[in-house]
This record gives sequence, C-alpha cells and structure tokens, in this order.
Amino acid sequence: MRILGLAALCSLALSAAAASETTLRIGYLGVDRIAPPVLSNLDPDPADLGLAGARLGLSDNATTGRFMGQTWQMEETRVPPGGDALAAARAALASTKLLVIDAPAGTLLQIADLPEAQGALLFNATAPDTRLRSMDCRANLLHSAPSNAMRADALAQFLVSRRWSDVALISGPLPEDIAFADALKASAQKFQLDLVGEKPWRFDADMRRSASSEVPLFTQELGDHDVLLIADETHDFGRYIAYNTWDPRPVAGSEELVPEAWAPVMEQWGAAQLQSRFEDSAQRDMRSADYGAWAALRTLGEAVTRTGSDDLTTLRAYILSDAFELAGFKGRPLSYRDWNGQLRQPIPLVTARAVVASAPLEGFLHQGNELDTLGLDAPDSACTAFQ
Amino acid sequence: MFRTTALALLLATPALADEIWVTNEKDNTISVIDTATLEVTRTIATGERPRGITFSADHSVVYICASDSDAVQVMDPVSGEILHDLPSGEDPEQFVLHPDNRRLYIANEDDAITTVVDTQTRRVIAQIDVGIEPEGMAVSPDGKTVITTSETTNMAHWIDTGTETIFANTLVDSRPRHAEFVKDGAELWVSAEIGGTVTVFDTSDQSEKAKLHFAIKGVHDDLIQPVGFELTPDGKTAFVALGPSNHLAVVNAETYEVEQYILVGRRVWHMAFDRDHAQLFTTNGISGDVTVVDVATRKAVKTIKVGRYPWGAAFRPTEG
Repeated sequence: MRILGLAALCSLALSAAAASETTLRIGYLGVDRIAPPVLSNLDPDPADLGLAGARLGLSDNATTGRFMGQTWQMEETRVPPGGDALAAARAALASTKLLVIDAPAGTLLQIADLPEAQGALLFNATAPDTRLRSMDCRANLLHSAPSNAMRADALAQFLVSRRWSDVALISGPLPEDIAFADALKASAQKFQLDLVGEKPWRFDADMRRSASSEVPLFTQELGDHDVLLIADETHDFGRYIAYNTWDPRPVAGSEELVPEAWAPVMEQWGAAQLQSRFEDSAQRDMRSADYGAWAALRTLGEAVTRTGSDDLTTLRAYILSDAFELAGFKGRPLSYRDWNGQLRQPIPLVTARAVVASAPLEGFLHQGNELDTLGLDAPDSACTAFQ
Repeated sequence: MFRTTALALLLATPALADEIWVTNEKDNTISVIDTATLEVTRTIATGERPRGITFSADHSVVYICASDSDAVQVMDPVSGEILHDLPSGEDPEQFVLHPDNRRLYIANEDDAITTVVDTQTRRVIAQIDVGIEPEGMAVSPDGKTVITTSETTNMAHWIDTGTETIFANTLVDSRPRHAEFVKDGAELWVSAEIGGTVTVFDTSDQSEKAKLHFAIKGVHDDLIQPVGFELTPDGKTAFVALGPSNHLAVVNAETYEVEQYILVGRRVWHMAFDRDHAQLFTTNGISGDVTVVDVATRKAVKTIKVGRYPWGAAFRPTEG
C-alpha cells in the first residue's frame, strides 16, 4: 500500500541544505552498575533504561535522514558491572567518534580523557553530577542529561513561587544522595529558602513495616518547616516518608514532587506523541535517562541535517552556536550552553499522576535565556574547557 | 427516511445564521457558534480527541479527525449525527480535502504516514511515507500538489497528487504545525512552532522566498510559537496564531512585516473567518474559549466559552 520506494527516495529533489549520501555511525556505551539494595522491590529499573531512548532517537533521525540522503547506524555496547569500561570505550571510539554514554561521572571523565577520545564528541546522557558542568568539564563532553543543580533549582523556584520558604531535608548516605542533597542546599541558598533542619537517614529497620512508628518521631526534630525535602536518589527509604511525618507537610525532592528531565505523566507540547512513539518501540514508559539518550541522538540528527555535514568540528560548533535549537517536547526550544556544554531544558515537577509545574516558573527572569535560571549560569560555572 | 428529513428541517429552520464549528480536543465534542449572536448554539458529541475539522465543498457533510478513535468521522452537520467513519490510518490529526471534493489527505501523526482516502468509496487509495509526526496539511488551488509537514523531521513534503508520491522535501524551522497555499497557489506558507517563524516558499520551484519573524514586547521569544494562520481573500493580510504568547500577529502579506499584535486567549491554536471575512474566530487551547476578532479594526471583541482544549475551527454557511 505504501507508495514510496527507496530508490525514489534517493532521487528526491532537495532544495534546502541538502546533503549528499552520508552515513552517520553512533556508538552507544552503557556502563552497568550494581544497583544498591533498596527496601522495596516494587519497581526495578528496566534493563534497557537509557538505551531505549537512544534507539528511538536513532529511529527518529533515520526517518528524517531518508529524505536527506543520510543513513544512521548505532553500535550498542554494554559493559557489565565490574567490566572494563575503558577498553569498551576504546573499542567503540575505534569505529566512531560520536558516542552517547550512560556511565557514572568518574568513568565518564576517564573516557573523555582517553587519547582516543580527543577530538571526539561525547554525550553524557545520564550523569547528573554538577561538577561535570563546572571544574570537571571537558571540551569533548556535552551533557544532554540535566544536572542536579538544574533539578534542584527547578524545585526551589516552585517553592519560592508557592511561598513555602522554610524547608527541612533528609538525605541518604549514598554518594548520589549526598550530591543531590548538596544541590538542594545550594539551590535553597540561591533562591533564599531557609533550611531549618537537616538529618541524615540512619535507620536500618525495614520501613515497610515500621515507617508509621519511626518516621513521625524522626521528623519531629526537624523544626518548623513548610516542605520536607528528601535526597534519596536510589529510592530506598524516601517513599515511606510521605504521610508519616510528625507535621502534615508536603514532601519533595527524590519522592512525591520530583524535578525530572522526563516523566510518563507529561502530555503537553506534543509530549504525548513522544510518549506513544516510545511506548510503541520500548513497550514501557519513558523515563529521564531515556530522554537524555534520546535528546543526545536528536541533537546529532538536528546538527547533521542543518549543517549538511558530518564533520565533527562543524557539528560541535553548530551545536554550541545560537543557531542550534532542538524541539524537545517541553514547550521551549532546547539549546546548549556554550560555557559548559549543558543542554538547556525546562524541568517539569511531577508527581506519579500529574505535572504540577514546569520550571523555569513565571517571574524567574534572565537577561539572556530564562532556561539559564536553572543550573550553572556562565558566572557560576568554573568550566574553562569551552573557552 | 421521512422522519429524519423532517427532523433535519426542524433543526435547520431556526438556525439561519452562519456557524463556526470548533473541535474540543479534551471534551470529545464540537461547539457550534452562531456568527451573528456569538453564542454557542449546539454542543455535539464526537469520537475521542477531535482535532482537524473541515466541511465538504457543498457543506453537506463535515469531516472530523477523531485522533484517539483512529478515525475520520463523517457527520451530518444538520442533525449532528455521525453518518459513518472513514478508514483514516492511526491517529489522524489534520487533513485537507482535495478540490475534487473526493480525496481526503490525512496526516497520521503516530505513524509517519499520509493516508489518501476516497470519501465516496470509503477506501484508502494510497499511503505515503513522510517524516515523523506529520501534521500540517495543505492542497494547492489547482489540486496538483498536497503538502504534509512533519513536526520532528522539520520538513514540508511536496506530494504530486497525480502519482501520490513525494516530489520534493524542504526543510523548515523546528516543529512545523500548519501549511497553507496562499495567493492563488503562488506561495506556500509553513509555520514552525518551536522555530518561532513562518517560512514562505515560492511554489514554482519550492525555494524559500521569505521568512516571517515575530517579537512581542514583554513576551520571551521562546513563547512566541506560530501555529495556525489565515489570509484575507485579497491575499494582503495574514493573521498568525502565536500559541502560548496569547497573541495573534497581523502580517502584511506583501512585505512580510508584522503590523500589529492582538491579545487573545491562552495558547491560541487555529482560526476561521466568517462568511464575509469581517470576523475571525480563534481557538484558545488553555483558556478553553474562542476569541472573536473584528477584522477591520483588528480588535478582540468577544470571548466565547467553549469546551476543554478547543483546537480546530471551520466555517459553515447556512442556506439562504
């Protein structure tokens, strides 16, 4: 029934920045980690978290590419926990200099510093560490994942707009918990919220059974606050806090009201279309890590189509220029900060059932781009590699 | 049969004034607005998530894209009854009726396909692979060319209606939403929601001829998102809906300069003129209403509450 042959496609007249036949080869490198144990077994991470987003981005690029004489290919490499990520990265870099990576910050930096990676274009699809956008930035490493600072600033803007200015914080012991807690504290300071109380999570009891007896007393000592913030990025204990607090207070941060790059509850701005494309291809809901990987692939797709080039220097310069814009289904054009390679993006604040708000919130102004009220603005970043 | 006709006559008799039909995306209804009284006179149930709406050449039937029902519904506009569904492909969003009054070109948003349906035999004639998330649909006045724009591929696809194949693809700015042939088919206009522009193509060689840009004092550029637009019949003035900026731009279609901005409802999508082009009706998605703009004075004169998420708009003349 479909009337279009491939041969016909190749001979199509192109009157815009037409490219001759180009083959784009992307490497996807996923470095698997052993997930720390959590109290609840209800929601394990899908095995293709992140990767499924990259696959959809590739397919989106390929559909556009067939009208432009582009062929898109992706080689997927998964490194098992404890495996040699650097060897895998070297192997991937031997066949392409365009890599989309799902790895922790330390591994990312080791990969970016490989001799083989010099002159390559690497995308950090998942690591939220703010330091990668500041003193530990690398010129060959762009970030399609939002930083912890962006997520925390989004939440802080919401609290300011609701005038919930006194906050308390409970943080978990893991490095990712501490990093997010640090970001929340920095945002509180940036947006002039008062951190009235702070406690590390210290229980080893099974909260599935004892939350109702333990949490009220634990939260009683936090002081008089409007909102209770939770830094529990592996979703271990945080889910047992809401409705068990001493004072009836909303919970936000890693649980309840969560700042995310993406969430299945997003519908506006055409998001419903991306959700349904993703569900069709991955047979599950789309999450933030998937969005980061999708956005990395789409960044490359947009850059190749608009420049009509597959030259890495040309692509990188275009991606970091004012001319670049990506339609990311979040209501505003996405672009990259030319001081640290971070993808500017709205951060929705979501519950399990709805989008509550989307940052930047109204009234948070910026002399350049309002999206730069989230995360490290040029003066806040210690990154010099992009100069 | 006699009873149906009698009923139809009864319903038609008091409704002598012309109408604007508005699809309410989140209410699964159509609001019918009387262009004389500016009141909603009827609310008609449709399939799920109605968006695109267009009347047949003689206005005897109305076609409705019921996106989430995966159908194009054919309705009797007098009785409001669904006569039948057309095979539409999945998730039809917008469509355009060929001047032959027979072929309907439908954008299947989730499938990256444009489906061509014969409205008489109710059969699919062709399916054409296009870019991702096809949406905007337009047909040239001579009927030789149909345009599909694809939102994520960022292209206008030029379809030869003789062969039902693509003969050209042109890049536009991010997230194209709407396309129209204007000035007797000499130009094709395509709006780009995220790009914030409207590209004007010379249809003789598909070259880019001009690009419309917008700037509203006190509104961030990122929120100026062009979607639907209409030109006056003389081809001299264009009204462009600018989405979440909550404004319409009035554009000199000869110089391509914006002359004025008109504040309307929130997230303005699409629009339709009344019979003599004296009034323009805009659908405002977020505020759930329709703004009536007086074309001569370029002023918003009335807001009419409709259903949730009004999306498409179409004009229906009544007899007489």
